Amino acid sequence: MSKIKSIEDLMKIKEKALKELQLRDTGKRGKITVAMGTCGIAAGAKETLRAIVEALAENNISDIAVVQSGCMGLCEVEPTIEVRLEGQEPVVYGHVTPENAKRIVKQHILGNQIVSDLLVRKGEM
Amino acid sequence: MVDRETVVKLVRSVKNQALEERDMLINALHQIQNYFGNYIPVEAAQLVAEELNVPESKVYEVLTFYTMFSTKPRGKYVIRVCVNLPCHVTGGRQIVETLKETLGIDFDQTTKDGLFTLEKTSCLGLCGVAPVIMVNDEYYGDLTPKKVKELIERLKAGGDAK
Amino acid sequence: MPLTTSTILICAGGACISSGEISVKEALQREIRKYGLDEVVRIVETGCMGACSLGPLMVIYPEGVFYQKLTPQAAEKIVQEHLLKGRIVQEYLYKMPTGEAVPEAMDKLPFFARQVKIATRNVGYIDPANIEEYIARDGYFALTKVLTEMTPEQVIEEIKRSGLRGRGGAGFPTGLKWELTRKAKGDRKYVVCNADEGDPGAFMDRSILEGDPHTVLEAMAIAGYAIGAQQGYIYVRAEYPLAIERLQIAIAQAREYGFLGKSILGTDFSFDIEIRIGAGAFVCGEETALIASIEGKRGQPRVKPPYPAQSGVWGCPTVINNVETLACIPPIIIKGAEWFRSIGTPSSPGTKVFALAGKITNTGLVEVPMGITLRELLYEIGGGSSTGKKIKAVQTGGPSGGCIPSEYFDTPVDYESLQKLGAIMGSGGMIVMDEDDCMVDVAKFFLEFTVDESCGKCTPCREGTRQMLKILEKITSGEGTEEDLQELETLGNIIKDTSLCGLGQTAPNPVLSTLRYYRHEYEAHVKEKRCPALRCKALIRYVIDASKCVGCTACARVCPVNAISGELRKVHSIDNSVCIRCGSCIEVCRFGAISKVSP
Repeated sequence: MSKIKSIEDLMKIKEKALKELQLRDTGKRGKITVAMGTCGIAAGAKETLRAIVEALAENNISDIAVVQSGCMGLCEVEPTIEVRLEGQEPVVYGHVTPENAKRIVKQHILGNQIVSDLLVRKGEM
Repeated sequence: MVDRETVVKLVRSVKNQALEERDMLINALHQIQNYFGNYIPVEAAQLVAEELNVPESKVYEVLTFYTMFSTKPRGKYVIRVCVNLPCHVTGGRQIVETLKETLGIDFDQTTKDGLFTLEKTSCLGLCGVAPVIMVNDEYYGDLTPKKVKELIERLKAGGDAK
Repeated sequence: MPLTTSTILICAGGACISSGEISVKEALQREIRKYGLDEVVRIVETGCMGACSLGPLMVIYPEGVFYQKLTPQAAEKIVQEHLLKGRIVQEYLYKMPTGEAVPEAMDKLPFFARQVKIATRNVGYIDPANIEEYIARDGYFALTKVLTEMTPEQVIEEIKRSGLRGRGGAGFPTGLKWELTRKAKGDRKYVVCNADEGDPGAFMDRSILEGDPHTVLEAMAIAGYAIGAQQGYIYVRAEYPLAIERLQIAIAQAREYGFLGKSILGTDFSFDIEIRIGAGAFVCGEETALIASIEGKRGQPRVKPPYPAQSGVWGCPTVINNVETLACIPPIIIKGAEWFRSIGTPSSPGTKVFALAGKITNTGLVEVPMGITLRELLYEIGGGSSTGKKIKAVQTGGPSGGCIPSEYFDTPVDYESLQKLGAIMGSGGMIVMDEDDCMVDVAKFFLEFTVDESCGKCTPCREGTRQMLKILEKITSGEGTEEDLQELETLGNIIKDTSLCGLGQTAPNPVLSTLRYYRHEYEAHVKEKRCPALRCKALIRYVIDASKCVGCTACARVCPVNAISGELRKVHSIDNSVCIRCGSCIEVCRFGAISKVSP
């Protein structure tokens, strides 16, 4: 570790560390829940989770929380995820493979457009 | 018998860690005490005086003033019980009585098997989980007479107290 | 970029560790590994979160769910249910007295929500062993600002304008202390942090040292720059091994990143810090005794003046500040003196960390603006009595302070208001007592402490406090007289006036303040040989109510000294000349037949 010599050096460390700290906080803009019941995992939900987290990071999105939950009951279309964004109705997507996950992040999270071919359910249960 | 080499090495390592040497007496005594297992043999104290170039009387002064140092051999586990008000009002009296009863000794005494020494201490700063005791370097809070007895049993059995 | 999706912040302050945090953490780690979650769940051990009565505890993010009173079994269940399946485990949530569970306790409970965290802003939120987390929350920005944008005089001016007063107990204006030390003559100066927190009931300094050590280091460097010192000492009591460890890690990291050492931040300011350990002497919290101890001598105070600002460590000008005071410095530099003044009261700006202990429901640490009333502090934030009995008094300021009866609970908490009541703010320890506590016994307790800790140098303290204790022992054993009460007052006042240092000067305070507010209890002890709180063993008897006793013999069997006699199914009786007042019989009687009476 080379010594800090200026306020710019310090700012750089702060920004990097702050991002990591913020990952902890309650997602301000929204939450993505990945169904990780046994069926989901058997269908590949773990890889889906990884893909979502990576996609969010690649697109520099740090105010969305990603959490796991148990089975949502939609086993036929696993892996499933629920996307809850502030000010929008919650949306459940099915068949969320890692590629589809990336699509959802780009189109829905970034572009605010529902990905209709993967949509399973809209609105509160 | 106190090994001269060891004591000198300990004192030197303390000196090396410091930016200034003159005031390393208390830190040095802590190291010596940890090494010999909860007490400082008189010969070791004399060696410290020599190494740090201070009069023996000064080392004696310091050794006898601070309550955490002892020249008498103490048990493997030094149990320090907090006897101040926050522990007192939350049941500390019973803890003290339980300890005295279970170990069969009074304050400043050591059990015959050399395992436990019981000492009073002032507030340990853990009042949120009073009553509290300290065993060597570890704290135990939220105590009840039952937990105290269980703790003593675990220590006697040679187990890790946690 | 880490794939972490869940972070568990587990409180690893001294209190939680002593209640079993380590085995909870290990259980968490085991379960997480078992279910293959170690890449997505991160465990961070933080400093004290303040709610000591609820420990061991943890908060799981991103949901912010607060779990309390944990055990290894609880940890396993939470991993299986919450982390794996997203189902909150109701059993370990905080429950209101109504039974309602509160998952986001940290946002909703008054204990947390009413706090304004300045000195403890990072404690419980960051990993104290990671300097970058400190930096993420503006750490070391104050030092940078000071070194690049301010002169020493400007720094002192800002601290003076903020009105910050010493949080160790005396409440001396910090800015003024720094100014005096800067102006003192001497080419070598020192900054000392007094971390010898010895007041019974005070543990806020410990939490700050364990949970946010860097704030102390940064503040000391700022102080060094302001007064012209290049060397600092942190004097920590030996009973805080965890604090010592965390400080050592922090100092090493600060040196690595260049915040301590030579030519800090490329300027010509150099500053380094060393740790000195105490060895079990309360008096070493007094500044001149502390200096003696740093110099490797007996911790005995000396006459003041000269004050440490003039002549301190090795005779050089020294500024000695308490841990909490120092923790307030970086925010004041970053946010400004006006911001600090906008909190608290005009004469006592800012916040204060209080340690709630004794018979109160929410024991632990809370940081609140000065000026809050005792009632708010003890009832709304503290949750009221923990025993179901009425709160009788609160002792503030440790052994130098006094007892405040419940009639005065609408007093705002600030330096002057408490002094008027005969108590002091002290370090902020608040020990709560209820109807079962005898105030004479409490006074005796504090005096035992000061007699033990007296360094022995001056006669008033060494002999005087001992005599006061003897009188109190007489009173609590039923042999006190009215003259004794007079003697206590006279003696107390003499000791206050003539002792050499603060320990002796304030030792009589608990006695004098209890005499002031609870004279009736003292008089009951000496005139009627009665202890109203049914506490003093020599003045109480245990009696069995014949109308309730069914002769089950449970009490007789549990009595350790065979003081209870009676046949099966016949009323029992207690021989009070043998009874040792241990209370076992009362605990075991299912009919409520045994009670204490006095005389």
